[in-house]
Amino acid sequence: MLTISNLVKSFAGEASRRRATAGRVLAVDDVSLEVGEGEMFTLLGPSGCGKTTTLRAVAGLERPDSGRIVVGDRVLFDGEGLNVPANRRGLGMVFQSYAIWPHMTVFDNVAFPLQVRKRSQRPGKREIRERVAKVLETMELGHLADRQATKLSGGQQQRLALARAIIIEPPLMLLDEPLSNLDAKLRESLRYELKRLQRELGITSVYVTHDQIEALALSTTIAVMKEGNVLQTGRPREVYETPNCRFVAEFIGTSNFLRGRVAAREGDRVDIDTEAGRVRLESAARVPVGAEVLAAVRPESLEISTTGWGNRVNEWPGTVTNRAFLGDAIDHIVRVGQGSLRVRGNPSVSIKPGTEIFVATEPGKVTLVPVG
Amino acid sequence: MATLATRARRPGALARWREVLLRPRTLVAAAITVVVGYLALIPLVYLLWTTFSDAQGFSLGGFARAYGDARIGELVGNSLWFAAGAAVLSLAVGTALAYFNVRTDVPFKALFFAASIIPLIIPGILYTIAWIFLASPTIGLLNSLLEPVLGPGTFDVFTVWGMIWVEGLHLSPIAFLFMVAAFRSTDPSLEESSLMSGATRVQTFRRVTLPLVRPALLSAALIMGVRSLESFEVPALLGLQNGIYVFTSRIYQVLRSFPVDFAGAGALAVGLLAVAALGIWLSNVLSRGHAGGTITGKGFRPRPIDLGRWKPVVGGGILLYFFVTVLAPLMVLLYTALLPYYRPPSAEAFASMNLDNFVAVFNLPSVPTALRNSLVLGGGAATIVMALMAVAAWVVVRSGIPGRQLLDHIAFSPLVIPGLVLGVGIAFVYLRSPLPIYGTLLILLIAYCTRYLPYGMRYAVSGMQTISAELEESAQVSGAGWWSTFRRVLLPLIAPALLAGWVYIFVVSFRELSSSILLYTPGNEVLSISIWELYANARFGELSALGVIMVLVLAVLVAVAYKVGARVGLKS
Repeated sequence: MLTISNLVKSFAGEASRRRATAGRVLAVDDVSLEVGEGEMFTLLGPSGCGKTTTLRAVAGLERPDSGRIVVGDRVLFDGEGLNVPANRRGLGMVFQSYAIWPHMTVFDNVAFPLQVRKRSQRPGKREIRERVAKVLETMELGHLADRQATKLSGGQQQRLALARAIIIEPPLMLLDEPLSNLDAKLRESLRYELKRLQRELGITSVYVTHDQIEALALSTTIAVMKEGNVLQTGRPREVYETPNCRFVAEFIGTSNFLRGRVAAREGDRVDIDTEAGRVRLESAARVPVGAEVLAAVRPESLEISTTGWGNRVNEWPGTVTNRAFLGDAIDHIVRVGQGSLRVRGNPSVSIKPGTEIFVATEPGKVTLVPVG
Repeated sequence: MATLATRARRPGALARWREVLLRPRTLVAAAITVVVGYLALIPLVYLLWTTFSDAQGFSLGGFARAYGDARIGELVGNSLWFAAGAAVLSLAVGTALAYFNVRTDVPFKALFFAASIIPLIIPGILYTIAWIFLASPTIGLLNSLLEPVLGPGTFDVFTVWGMIWVEGLHLSPIAFLFMVAAFRSTDPSLEESSLMSGATRVQTFRRVTLPLVRPALLSAALIMGVRSLESFEVPALLGLQNGIYVFTSRIYQVLRSFPVDFAGAGALAVGLLAVAALGIWLSNVLSRGHAGGTITGKGFRPRPIDLGRWKPVVGGGILLYFFVTVLAPLMVLLYTALLPYYRPPSAEAFASMNLDNFVAVFNLPSVPTALRNSLVLGGGAATIVMALMAVAAWVVVRSGIPGRQLLDHIAFSPLVIPGLVLGVGIAFVYLRSPLPIYGTLLILLIAYCTRYLPYGMRYAVSGMQTISAELEESAQVSGAGWWSTFRRVLLPLIAPALLAGWVYIFVVSFRELSSSILLYTPGNEVLSISIWELYANARFGELSALGVIMVLVLAVLVAVAYKVGARVGLKS
């Protein structure tokens, strides 16, 4: 549906930030992405990773230096002189601030994209009215059509921005951190709302966010970006469970990292000698014996026991050094060998610091992360 | 641009340049730069050309004549003395007022801001004439009141001290506004910690407060000095009487004598322009160095310092200031306007008061025309400037076109050109150019448009900066082209700022004198020129009546401007 190939965009700027060539900062550095029909594709990364620049390049609001952007079978930018202006791309976009025009009513805001079409393609007044009414109904804003747009609540403004983006039934909808201006409670409920709408309407969407939970909850596919590059693309569960590098593992969720050396390998089964002791894990990566690697394990994948299990594969003795009550969970920091592990567990199990305990996990829950 | 972009699939840089150059936004930016450049730069070019040339070509003859004059030393001396004196007076008064207003529990705070709009409401020419009525050695009201006690002619406004007094007082509200901003941006906890360290109020003011606002103070001093140098009405009305010349009055005199020495007048104008530009540049450098460094803090609503037993004293001082700068000049104008003929106050004088002057002034042939001209010019200049600047501000703030800052600089350049120098420059342009607009209202319109470009720019830019760029981008993504976006989204959103700028430019045009004085011709008078002429003919009654009307009109306009300005969060 959307294909981005080898997209590069640089800005003039201080050379100290990110990679610079000849005084220019590379905001997007050779990014290629493929977004399938009906997907909710998320660009996830910390601020300044190039996700918004990528989105704006698709929208036509930034002119890339080179690369190619194709929506459906329509080339929007090819780096060889073709650059369809934003107002001729026919895409829908929801801005971070919603960008709702304060001098117009709810109706006028939604009708605007139809009204500014070329005379030959512009629907008649009646049709505009009907189409706007229908979209407002879908967004549960029908009763507010004549209201001044500024008189809406945060959630209503968000739905209005969506309504305006989908009124022309665009092939692709772009969303630039649309939930970041809302308070935490509202954000959570709108997240599901957004997901439901997107699925119902079946609009292919590209969604930009720096909030990993939002990305995991909403997306069909996540692309994690850092410093203008895409590090990993995959289903939310894939990205969460098998991060392909330390950055992804750290950025999405929390991880314990154990530095070590490959001691033995048998098929997919790899044994690593780490600072916490021997760790067994399953990995398809062909790492040679003796190579330096990182083993990553999520705090919730670790179990603790005061008595121990006896003969488990990944079972290590340790000492609780600290604990923190989080409400729906409790974290214990456990010293194991030379390493330290964060263990997340049921809040009913709380162990005093200083207690000797055992920590264990399944080999399938440990990920091999290339060093870097 | 759509057709072009989709059609032209030529590879390479050439196609890209073509696309960029032919975009409507690029064309609009180019057109606006040409218009603004024409307005702002052409008078300067002609000023320099006329100054540095004579019949044979390049020449420094003008400079030789202007600066070889035996009295040039006196002229420069007077100018600097006058400018420095007025700057010091206005700053001393303005700083004290600002400190009391921002930092203490002084009474009558509302009066401060009433006084601060006085320079807008009372044009310089009326203010100066009002002070002549008050402190002229022969007809001054104060002198006749004091005569039984101190003998005749206690005050003489026709001296450099008189000039400094009038100019300094007229500028003091502006100095006040400057220093209010400076004191407000200084964290009061810095002073509080000085008090906690055991310093007295006076020590704190001297050792902490003043050093903190010193950059602002210096920058304000330079601006007040430049404004005094540029002032025309005060030196012309007060100085010429006793042969006290400064730059502006001398330029005026050279251009009014026969044969006219254009190059000589130009040389003086260039000198004045250089000094003014230098002063404003220095002032910008000074305030820039500290702009971001304004001393931050959270406690920005401090408990005002309790003046204690000094409160009545300071309050009395404030009342006196308000009386001297605001009430006395207005009252003397009203007093004169109501008298059939000018005379010192007495029972008979008050008994003879009537409204005849208000009727008589409109029976003078030139006054109704002047009123109409002023309204037309004010409205025309305001409309043209705001229309141009709405687009120019878009180019500067939003377009992202390389080199857009140039437009910003050009539009702001008239700010450093003294009104009289601008008048000289524009006169030179249309004396030489074949366009037959010399001696028409059009030349005044061009002058006003040029002079008030910077104000229009400031209003439009600050209006636009408050509008999120996403509002336009969302229109673009929705399919709107440049013009649709501008007309349907941007223009309605910045309309309040444009309106505020419009009213402000109308106000300042309505009372413009120093450019008009060189450019008007009989039949094309404006109100301030009418007042100038009435003064020259000693028709004080009609003059004061016209002055009172003018002040009332301006008061209404300024009230509107503040209402509109407050709604869009702007200050003028």
